[in-house]
Amino acid sequence: MTAVPRPDATVDQADRSGVEPDATGIGGLGRAPEDSYLSVRDLQVHFPTDDGLVRSVDGLSFDLARGRTLGIVGESGSGKSVTSLSVMGLHKPGTVRMRGSIILDGTELVGALPEEVRRLRGKKMAMIFQDPLSSMHPFYTVGHQIIEAYKVHNSVSTKVARAHAIDMLGRVGIPQPDRRVDDYPHQFSGGMRQRAMIAMSLSCDPDLLIADEPTTALDVTVQAQILDLIRDLQQEFNSAVIIITHDLGVVAELADDILVMYAGRSVEYASAEEVFDHPQHPYTWGLLESMPRLDREPTDRLAPIAGSPPSLIQVPPGCPFHPRCTSRELVGAPCHTERPAFRSVAPAHHIACHLDAPSRARRWTEMTESQP
Amino acid sequence: MLTYLVRRILSSIFLIFVVSAVTFAIFFLVPRLGGATADDLASRYVGKSAGAAQIHQTAVKLGFTDPIWVQYGRFAKGLVVGANFDYGPGVEHCPAPCLGYSYLEQQPVLPEIIDRIPVTASLAAGAAVMWLVGGVSIGVLSALRRGSLWDRAAMTTALAGVSLPIFFTGQLLLLFFAYKLHWFPGGGADPTQATSPWDWAYRMFLPWTALAFLYAAIYARMTRAGMLETMNEDYIRTARAKGLKERTVVIKHGVRSALTPILTIFGLDLGLLLGGAILTEKTFSLPGLGKYAIDAIDKNDLPKILGVTLVAAAFIIVANLVVDVLYAVIDPRVRTR
Repeated sequence: MTAVPRPDATVDQADRSGVEPDATGIGGLGRAPEDSYLSVRDLQVHFPTDDGLVRSVDGLSFDLARGRTLGIVGESGSGKSVTSLSVMGLHKPGTVRMRGSIILDGTELVGALPEEVRRLRGKKMAMIFQDPLSSMHPFYTVGHQIIEAYKVHNSVSTKVARAHAIDMLGRVGIPQPDRRVDDYPHQFSGGMRQRAMIAMSLSCDPDLLIADEPTTALDVTVQAQILDLIRDLQQEFNSAVIIITHDLGVVAELADDILVMYAGRSVEYASAEEVFDHPQHPYTWGLLESMPRLDREPTDRLAPIAGSPPSLIQVPPGCPFHPRCTSRELVGAPCHTERPAFRSVAPAHHIACHLDAPSRARRWTEMTESQP
Repeated sequence: MLTYLVRRILSSIFLIFVVSAVTFAIFFLVPRLGGATADDLASRYVGKSAGAAQIHQTAVKLGFTDPIWVQYGRFAKGLVVGANFDYGPGVEHCPAPCLGYSYLEQQPVLPEIIDRIPVTASLAAGAAVMWLVGGVSIGVLSALRRGSLWDRAAMTTALAGVSLPIFFTGQLLLLFFAYKLHWFPGGGADPTQATSPWDWAYRMFLPWTALAFLYAAIYARMTRAGMLETMNEDYIRTARAKGLKERTVVIKHGVRSALTPILTIFGLDLGLLLGGAILTEKTFSLPGLGKYAIDAIDKNDLPKILGVTLVAAAFIIVANLVVDVLYAVIDPRVRTR
């Protein structure tokens, strides 16, 4: 994966002259928004607390079509999980302030009645969580929990639902599903539990699947199996998938598009190829540089991003990344004072950064060449 | 499971004997260690005008002059095979398990205790239903509406319930509902004399309320804490993510988990109460085990005290056993271990 700086000055100049070149507005990545199954626009998710307002998500937009996979990447506290819980409507009512728009298959979810969102949960959108052990109820059998999920949205007899549960367990690769269906979660291994979770979330054939760190709690060997499984099932069901992770390896494996989040905002949004081959945002550079890679010398030191993510109560003014940014001196004052617009820098490639194209090209060259 | 059960039952029997030995030692050995002679002990059980010779004769008859282990051995033997007593005019046989023979009333202790059990059981069972239903539902509602006016009012009341002793709330209830309003009978309404289930409940309502208020307060606080913890569990989020109705999420996924630890405490509390709700029985003059124990202590009738203590201990041990078995039924993780 040798990244080559890209002469994209022309696009950038067009952008600078005030033309928003991407016809779909934000984030459609070349497809018209009407194609998208999930469409998020300027989403803001704020939590009032005793210490102040926590701006967990602050102006986020993306689109996702059926059959596509979006990887949302960022450090802990960047708002990835909050975003997915917002889509699912799983925030505690009364604790959260949501603004903007989340449109799922033509239905606006922000401000919708909780009961309305509940009917969609599990049926049109489903979620897989990080830790499959704590995410399954310890007192009920795996089968019971799948049957329960199926029966909420389908008026069928328990017998039919049970047959469906066994079928789903078989499809996610659990051996002897007709016997394991009566096992309790603690009788499954970690990887099997995550398979069972996937079977449960897919039991109603949802069109949107959100996987929140689906492999973080698993062994490395099992991780690959689970990722393969998600990809296979996506092709089979032709669903839209959001993979939330801090692991760039996972997105590299699965994602068509990548959304990089920092401090509740999107900083870079492009196709996976673009992000890996022509990253444009200093934060994305940092993420890529801090990732171990096989094409590097083993003696090379990884370059972590200095500092830590900002408090979401007092987000730094201007660009929230500027205190940790190694390129800020190339821009100067605007980084500290002006929030960078989320703009298009190439077809279907958006970033939020004040750096102009030549500086970005130069910086990325310097960074990649400093590594032998 | 069966071997587990057998093992538990055997160890329970062993435990009963340990309790009996310790109780025996407390009532029979400690006074001797404190310097009392066998005659001093016996002097309580003869008339005031008895002479030294008569006292000594009683001491010999009651076995106080024997070494302590012989005395305990006699008692333990009575537990297993029964015993014969000749304190009174004739020889009376006390079949196994023999808990002893009252010095003062000159009759076996166990039948008396068994007579008292229905009263105490009426009190404990009714109150248990009240506090379990009341305490758990108040706790669940408080947890779901944490910080609301309801929550704060309920928890303040619960704090009062925990803090106020039964002889206070009981007297208050009697004063208003029995003596002023005449809605319910005053003290001494023996539930075993009830003519119908309604009459039974009518007689027991005030004692139930007094006892249940205390326990409901404790259970409401425990349930609230348990529910708050449970509703933050990942599997609750999963249940919601499946699109389950909030009521199903709360009751089937939340309350079931939150109640598991409460069941343990419930079993022990119930076992403890079956051995005698001393304050409640005294306040409402109910002729149950608790009142029996107090009377026995008042009169220093050692076999009675020993007997009622052992019965109470047996209730607790059995309750503990039942709870442990139930726990395995409820939580599958315990079952496979």
